[in-house]
Parts: sequence; structure tokens; C-alpha cells
Amino acid sequence: MSDKQIINPDIVESPEGISGQGFFATSFEKAVGLARKNSLWPLPFATSCCGIEFMATMGSHYDLARFGSERLSFSPRQSDLLMVMGTVAKKMGPVLREVYIQMAEPKWVIAVGACASSGGIFDTYSVLQGIDRIIPVDVFVPGCPPRPEQIINGILKIQELVGNESLRRRNSKEYNEMMKHYQME
Amino acid sequence: MYRFNPYRDQLVIQKLSDHFPDVVQFHERSSDMLCVTVGNEFIHDLLLFLRNDADLQFNFLTTLCGMHYPETNQLGVVYHLHSFVNNHRIRIKTATDQEQATVPTITTIWPAANWMEREAYDFFGIIFDGHPNLKRILNMDDMTDFPLRKDFPLEDQTREDKDDSMFGR
Amino acid sequence: MAQQFNTGYWAKDIVSSEEHKEYNILNVGPTHPATHGVFQNVMLMDGEFIVETEQTIGYIHRAFEKIAERRPFYQITPLTDRLNYCSSPLNNMGWHMTVEKLLGIETSKRVDYLRIIVMELARIADHLICNSVIGVDSGALTGFTYLFQSREFIYEIYEEICGSRLTTNMGRIGGFERNFSDKAWDKIRYFLKTYPAHLQEFENLLSRNRIFMDRTINVGAFPADRALAYGFTGPNLRACGVDYDVRVMNPYCSYEDFDFIIPIGQNGDTYDRFMVRQEEMKQSLHIIQQALDKLDKIPDKETFYAADPRFVLPPKEKVYNNMEALIWHFKIVMGETDIPVGEVYHSIEAANGELGFYLVSDGGRTPSRLHFRRPCFIYYQAYPEMVTGNMLSDAVLTMSSMNVIAGELDA
Repeated sequence: MSDKQIINPDIVESPEGISGQGFFATSFEKAVGLARKNSLWPLPFATSCCGIEFMATMGSHYDLARFGSERLSFSPRQSDLLMVMGTVAKKMGPVLREVYIQMAEPKWVIAVGACASSGGIFDTYSVLQGIDRIIPVDVFVPGCPPRPEQIINGILKIQELVGNESLRRRNSKEYNEMMKHYQME
Repeated sequence: MYRFNPYRDQLVIQKLSDHFPDVVQFHERSSDMLCVTVGNEFIHDLLLFLRNDADLQFNFLTTLCGMHYPETNQLGVVYHLHSFVNNHRIRIKTATDQEQATVPTITTIWPAANWMEREAYDFFGIIFDGHPNLKRILNMDDMTDFPLRKDFPLEDQTREDKDDSMFGR
Repeated sequence: MAQQFNTGYWAKDIVSSEEHKEYNILNVGPTHPATHGVFQNVMLMDGEFIVETEQTIGYIHRAFEKIAERRPFYQITPLTDRLNYCSSPLNNMGWHMTVEKLLGIETSKRVDYLRIIVMELARIADHLICNSVIGVDSGALTGFTYLFQSREFIYEIYEEICGSRLTTNMGRIGGFERNFSDKAWDKIRYFLKTYPAHLQEFENLLSRNRIFMDRTINVGAFPADRALAYGFTGPNLRACGVDYDVRVMNPYCSYEDFDFIIPIGQNGDTYDRFMVRQEEMKQSLHIIQQALDKLDKIPDKETFYAADPRFVLPPKEKVYNNMEALIWHFKIVMGETDIPVGEVYHSIEAANGELGFYLVSDGGRTPSRLHFRRPCFIYYQAYPEMVTGNMLSDAVLTMSSMNVIAGELDA
């Protein structure tokens, strides 16, 4: 290890900005994005097999806590990231929608696994063919079930989205139209 | 793996022919265990007899499931019983008309049959007479069809391919 | 009656006095963490005590039995993976053995022993989750994070054998898709050597822990006769004191060659269920060790499938280079081989009870009807009777100790 390359792994890189003696100036958006992306509180909506793989992701071996997401919030009011893992049946659909509506803005959704993304192998009368039919989804993670590495990759993608999200996105016309499309206003 | 027990099978055949003459049919070697067919009006009495008889002692309801026979326009129920005492298994079948599918409930004999009968009702629309709480269990309450009948389509009729215009935003 | 039996001695006065009762309705689930999975219980509560429970299930109903009527036999294996996803290989093997029973395929001893190794590993993996989750629900997360490392190791063994972690789709009708690699053998041996110490350490954390014992002993107790009437099987029935085990009662897959103990409990309470699972894990390790010893004595090291060419897929090299092998492979996979007409019921001792497959074949390429006897579905209906009169916090522990897996429950 060379002397120059020592980076403290506990500290994330600072966003670009102007620094000088005793001050550091950057845009408000970047500072907020930095704070948000490294303290995501996930709400695990685990229904089936992918939930067990999520347990492995949270376990000591893969340790999702490294990415600032170790605080699982089972209350929708206190979470930022809805992780839908596993098959969502049509019976479950209204429940999932209710959970999403109860979450406070800003909120993100990750669909883990083939079932949550598209219905997967269960092209049947009782299974919802992808949760993006009832709630907006930010990241889809493929796999049946995805390996923990894939789930972590999905979290990293979400962090990328969160970190770069404009503060005005939630007020934008596109966003409102999308919510109108999902009949949530 | 369960294997035939010819002595036990003979005993069951003999007892059932004595107690239920002319209403029970036997298919001894048609499958992996003794199989008995009986009219739906006798099913409750037959199962009660099988459980309470001191020699047979079929004390355990292994499973209960519905069947659909579209060629004869019938619905059926298949019961698997297991005697822990004698380690003997038996399969009992009954069938009714599809339009008025009614079978007496056996929840009074085994409470375990409660959900299994609800499942059979949910899937096939078999009405279990005397069931304490006969309503849908796995599917949504507002569903009107009976999905495991052969004429019901498996696939979700509303499935469509993903719209990927919003990816990579 | 249940009230007096279940509640703690100090709570009896409160429960029994009628004028102090004050009812309210509490909805638990379907996304509540304590239900881990998707069960809804609407409870009528009197303070902290449960008076009545109404269950709703079916939140991940995926219509397995309907799908199975449209899939050739090989394509049903992935469905069985997703029944009890904590122990997929058990379900896979159970399904393959059902088909073998219908087709009349005899497997050699080596195949049987290989299967037993995998099945017992899966049983350990399942019990391990259940027991560590009992710990989590009673407030001890340490055991979970600690024991999950062992589960990761079992995953690694699965990966060596079939290339997949959780939903394994392992094996073929008549045996396995490939022989176990040397690395797989090394890992199994390493697991056998290291796991008992981990398990013991986990057990030391909980089994004589005063808090854990107070939380679990006499909680959710269920008498044996009620358990039988409700169709309990597996560890839950054995915890009530009935020594019913399919592996012994109707031995399949050469389980009759093995020497193991069926642990039973006395009260059928949460603590007994926990201890029965603990002991079963140890017995499973014992069985795997015996299987390894027996395999060493078999001179044949190459057989990993039944010597029945009708349903065993040809090796991949031949499929890619040989026209006949390709046709043969295609016919088997597409279900164009001759399937006898008939019906079979085959059951195995899955991790939480008797997992049965009732297969009706009309000679077509798909089953005419396939019914799964799912142990969870049958014993979960006793839950209201088990928790009535208990406190809400005890109901949580009762559910986690019953090991109700949503995928198996809702099919």
C-alpha cells in the first residue's frame, strides 16, 4: 500500500467543491445527496425466497451495514427505501400500495428478484406481473433469487440515484405526472 | 417409501364390505396403496368408521384434495388416511356432479380438514356440507371462478411486456 | 382451559376476573416483522392477552398446483424449490423420488447416500434458520448473525454440487446431474468438523439461558392428541411427544440403513420445539457422517444417476456432438418420453413435517393433477388454538417456533 493511497474506509469521498482554510463550499444539493445516500433506512417487504437471500445479505457474511443501511425500519413512516423481495400476489397488491403511500417523501423503491420485477416464473392468475404496475420502481434486481452481491449492487445503484437526485425532482412535472399515472397524488 | 401391506389391505376390504355393502368399490393394485371409491353420501360415515374401528385405527388425515374430471363433468375429493398404529395408508375417493358438488364435511372428525376443505372449495367449488367457515382461503374473496378446474386459464390475462422507455434516465 | 394452561402463574388473577376485561381488536400483519412472512392475524385482545384470533393467508398464493398441470416433470422441480425455500433440496429430492416411484426407477445405493447427504444438509439449514429466528424474536440477535455463517457454508456446499445457492433445482429424475466434485467432498467434511462446535456455542447461548427459558417454557404448549387431530407432523409433532418420522415409518431413499435417534419433547411448547430442532441437527450431522462412511465402502465412485436410460439426461458433451443424444435429451426435457398412467403418493420427512406429493398421471407429458401435502398449511390452522389465552409477545414466539414458511403455506 502506497502512502498516498490510504483512504479511511469509514469516510465517504467529499463531493466536488471549493475548499480553503477552515471552510468547504459545495452546492446544497450535493451535500443533501451525500447525506441521504449513505443513510438509507430500508423497509424490507420480504414475502418469499428473496427474503431469505436478503437475510443472508443482512447477515454477518455480506453485511449490508457497510453501506449505511443496517437500520431496518419496519415502519413505513420512518423509512426511505422500500425493498420489495419476493412474489407479490394480487391479494398482496393493495397492502404493498398502502405501505408505499404511507412512506414519507423522498422515497425510493427497489424490486428484488424476478417475481417482484415481472412476475417471474409465475405467470399465473394470482400473481401480480411486476410491482411497477401499482407503484413506481427505481431499480430492478434480476435473479431468482438474486445473489447477495446482486442485492448489494442494487443498493449501490439506488445510492447513485439518491446521491444525484435533484432537490426539485419531487416537485417536477414529470414526477407529478408519474404519480398521477399511479393514481397517487 | 410406503409399500403394500397385503394383510392389512385384505382386512380393510373385508371390514368395509361388511359394514358398507354394495357402496364401496376397491381398486387394489391400481396404484401404490389400497384405493377405495365411495359415493359422496357415505364418505363421512366411512371415514368415521375407519378412524374408530379398533383394528384399523386410521387416526391421521394425511391430506385431502379436490379433483376435476372434465370428461365425466364431475368433481371429486381424494382423502389420504394413515394409521400410525399399523403403519398403513389408504386412499379414499369420492365424486359428485360438477353443477351441484356437495360433499359432507369431515371437520367434525379431524379439525385438520378445515383448511383443506376450504382449499378444495377455493380451487374447485366443492361445497362441504356442514363446514363451519366455508369461504375462500388462498385466492381473493371477490374471485368468482374456481381456478383449478381444467377450463380455467392458467396465465394472467393482463400480462404485458415491460415498457423500457424510462430506463437509463 | 387453554387460558389456565398457558399463561404464567402471576397472570392468572388478572385473566380470570371477568369485570376487568376490556376488549379491543389488533391487526398483526401481513407485513409485520414478527410474522416474518405474510400472514395476517386479526386478534381480539383483552389487554395483553389474546382472546380470539382470525387468520388470513394466501398473500403469496402462486397457484403451484395449477402451474404443475402445464409443466413437464422436469420443469416442476423449480416449483418445488419455492415451496419451502429454506430447504429447497429436500423438496427437489422428494419430487424426483415421487416421479421415480411412478416410473418404477430403482436407484443405486450410492445415489441414495448422496441424496441423504444433501437432504440432511438442507434439514440443518432449515432448522438453523428457524432456531436462530426464535432467538431473534425473543430479543437475541447474536445467535442469528453467528449461525448464519454456517448457513453460508451450506450454501457453498450447494454451489459446489449444483451451482446455485438458495433455490437449488438440484438433482434429476434418477439421481444427480453430475458427480460431486472433490471440493464438495472437502467442504462437506470441513462442515462436519466445524459445525458441531458452532451449534454447541449457539445452544449454550440459549438453552439454559434463564430469560430464554422463561420466555419459551410452557408457551404455546399443545397436547399430543390435539396435534394429531390437527395434522401436525415433523418437529412440531415430535415436540408434543409423538415419535412420528417418515424416515423411520416409511423409509425412503435407504434411510433404513442408518442409525439415528428421533428426538421427542414432552409438552409441545416453544422450548421443546427449539430443543427438538437442536437435537435433530445433531442427528443429521450423525447421519451425514454415516453416509460418508458408507460411501467410502462402496468401490464405485462414478455412479450418480440411476441406470435407467429412459429418463436420465445424456452428458452435455454428447448432446453437443451427437445427433442421437441431442434428440434423446430433447425428448426427455420436453416430456416426450412414455409416462405410465397411474397415481402415486410419496412423502418425505421435510424440514417441517411430512411433505407429500400426490401425483396423478394420465399418460400425458404433464401431470393430470399434482397435489402437494404442505405441512405448514396443515398445522398453521392450529395457531389460534395455541395462542388463545397467551400474551401477544408469546404468540410471536409461538409462530416463529412453529416454523411457518409462507411459500409452503400459500403454495
